Amino acid sequence: MWKFLLPFAAFVALVVLFAFGLNPSRDIHALPSPLIGKPAPEFALTDVLDPSRVVSNATLKGQVYVLNVWGTWCVACRQEHEALLAIAQQHVVPIIGLDYMDEREKAKQWLTQLGNPYNAVAFDTDGRTAIDWGVYGAPETYLVDGKGRVIFKFITPMTAEVWQHEFLPRIAAARREGA
Amino acid sequence: MAPELGIFALILAFILSLSQAFFGLTGAWRGKPVWMAVARPAVTGQFVFVVMAFSCLVYSFVNNDFSVLYVARNSNSQLPLFYKVAALWGAHEGSLLLWILILSIWSVAVAAFSRALPLTFSSRVLGVMGLISAGFMLFTLWTSSPFLRLIPAAQDGADLNPVLQDFALAIHPPMLYTGYVGFSVAFAFACAAMLEGRLDQNWAKWTRPWTIFAWLFQTIGIALGSWWAYYELGWGGWWFWDPVENASFMPWLAGTALIHSLSVTEKRGIFKSWTLLLAIFAFSLSLVGTFLVRSGVLVSVHSFATDPTRGLYILAFLVLTIGGSLTLYAWRAPKLYAAGGFELFSREFFLLVNNVILAAVAALVLWGTLSPLVYELLGVGKISVGPPVFAVMFLVPMLPLMVFMAIGMHSAWRRGKLTATAKPLWWLAGAAVLLSASIQGLVFGELHWLGLIGFSFGFWIIFSALLEPLRRLRQKQTLTAALLGMCIAHLGVGMFAIGASGVESYKIEKDVSLKPGGSFRIAGYDFKFLSAANVRGPNYDAVQAEVQVTRGGKAVTLLEPQKRHFWVQQTSNSKAAISVNWARDLFVAMGDPLGDNAWSMRIQYKPLVRYIWLGAIVMALGGLIAATDRRYRVKVPAAAQRLATPPDPNAELGSA
Repeated sequence: MWKFLLPFAAFVALVVLFAFGLNPSRDIHALPSPLIGKPAPEFALTDVLDPSRVVSNATLKGQVYVLNVWGTWCVACRQEHEALLAIAQQHVVPIIGLDYMDEREKAKQWLTQLGNPYNAVAFDTDGRTAIDWGVYGAPETYLVDGKGRVIFKFITPMTAEVWQHEFLPRIAAARREGA
Repeated sequence: MAPELGIFALILAFILSLSQAFFGLTGAWRGKPVWMAVARPAVTGQFVFVVMAFSCLVYSFVNNDFSVLYVARNSNSQLPLFYKVAALWGAHEGSLLLWILILSIWSVAVAAFSRALPLTFSSRVLGVMGLISAGFMLFTLWTSSPFLRLIPAAQDGADLNPVLQDFALAIHPPMLYTGYVGFSVAFAFACAAMLEGRLDQNWAKWTRPWTIFAWLFQTIGIALGSWWAYYELGWGGWWFWDPVENASFMPWLAGTALIHSLSVTEKRGIFKSWTLLLAIFAFSLSLVGTFLVRSGVLVSVHSFATDPTRGLYILAFLVLTIGGSLTLYAWRAPKLYAAGGFELFSREFFLLVNNVILAAVAALVLWGTLSPLVYELLGVGKISVGPPVFAVMFLVPMLPLMVFMAIGMHSAWRRGKLTATAKPLWWLAGAAVLLSASIQGLVFGELHWLGLIGFSFGFWIIFSALLEPLRRLRQKQTLTAALLGMCIAHLGVGMFAIGASGVESYKIEKDVSLKPGGSFRIAGYDFKFLSAANVRGPNYDAVQAEVQVTRGGKAVTLLEPQKRHFWVQQTSNSKAAISVNWARDLFVAMGDPLGDNAWSMRIQYKPLVRYIWLGAIVMALGGLIAATDRRYRVKVPAAAQRLATPPDPNAELGSA
């Protein structure tokens, strides 16, 4: 009566799946980006603060820089804002903001009230640039090296520790390689 | 002193549950009445010590003993007393202790109400329950003791997570666990029947009330969780298809199928192996849910802090209980085959359809929940399954289920012909559609396909459920509790269908920015933001907004949503203000201050949303009434009570 063994067989498959899920080396928060190691997608968008100016990453070729994706609708972005301001104070690399799916007035208000950590903020009204970059949600922070390649992507709010342990060593390595 | 006593009591309870398992199972196997006689006192002793352990932890919480690590992590001296007690099950360790307490309450109830059953059978049931208790106690003692000391003691506690400081959420876990754990009774009955190698109609009769009780608690537990998510998370949604919600929904689906399948086995003696399998599934899915919530395998907003040892332990426990019971099933179920068919459109046929659909929905939800893990295992990449996918997976099978429900209530056992009461069904279906369309046109002003379908099915089921009780009342015939309960539970399903489809079709949600004096209109209601002021709670500060709601110039209500900031955890949380009446909810939640006294606010109009939870309560009420039916209280004839020597497994098979 093999059919009475079916539930057991299905259960064995489930156990295999669960055992895989328990694998300690598996990181459930890691969302691998297909972009890592590839050239950063180019964009040329208007500046949030001044619609007549253009913000483009083409002018940053040869420099290591950080792209931070945010929006005023995003609660976690507000949470990381303090950390970004502190990081901007260190003047290690240019920080470019990508204001994603937002309203210009709200974004202006945000930057004037909370402070502006960015060297420039590109205004991505329809989220098309964000799609090019493979953004899942905000906040996300990308690190681009001197050859214009994306070398690191960090999801969830930026903190001083993450900056210290994940970003600074990679920035140093990218500079050494570029030199 | 209290935590040490607690550990000691839990160790004693563990030993007693082992002896309950050993003497109950081997006693029945070897046919030794003296051994079997140990099982009941062991259950009582286990219960006493579990209560003692639980009380010790309550004592530590109430007395702010921050030298207990678990108390220091989850409570605070400023926390109101009610939440100090509820904080006990606010995290992994304590909620396991709650689980154990509830299991021991079920065990005591089974021990008390199973005296009329054959001794070998009740001993086996208690033995299996003892194994489950022992498994959970060992888990707690080994990996998750809530009694560990913190030396030196903390000055004050880290406080209970603010989103858990809420009435509905305080009572949600006890209700839900009562349901989850209650399915262990049906599971133990199924294992005992397979061990005995005998399953007759009496077995279904004994199992059914226990299953209904577990099911009704779970129904209420799920409804409370949904209600909590609706007003506390501030989103206004009522179901999110989150892995943890799914973990509670899957056993509910299997349990619902089990209740229906048991009635076929009870009346006709068929579907035996299927009923057994559902009894195993309902509890297994509860255990799988526990694994998913506590192992960190899936990402969820509800997950407990995780630890790989715990995941590994639960997995091993799953392999032993589920694997063991399914092996037993593969070995014994083929022998329990009962001859006996049924006709198309008989009661049996409709209940089979119900079972197939409910099991399919449970399987789909399981697939949806686990598929991100499957994709990752196969190396296809990371995916997430969103609510739209689940909604389709749920809705498509539900529509035929509702049709079969409305008709099936008027089917007869054995005969493939509907009863005379079914006659008005067809024109009632037309009336339901007309009624739905006119409500839509006149009240909501637009036709919406989902709303039309949901309303029509909902009203049709309600009409159909009322037909038989009304006929019997008119003709002064008796109405059994079982029939009345069934009709009421189905009426609840109709209410749920109307509520769920109504709110999904006609809800309005707006995020707006308002300054004092500003107003916003949705669904004919004007929401005027009057002012915002600081208020102070027992353990938080808050900004409270006054929002005046008017309709056509007439005052409707004053809503006072709060944005709370909790001192200890330094987190904010939005407390929505909701105006409720029989037709709709008006919902205002505060977002963030936008400067210049302006606030972002989420304003929502939720028509009929209350019928979702009211429907669930009515379903549970129906279950309660059905479980009190006389036939479940009638004592088994004395002949069945005689002490059975181990029966020849083949002699009793298919005796129905």
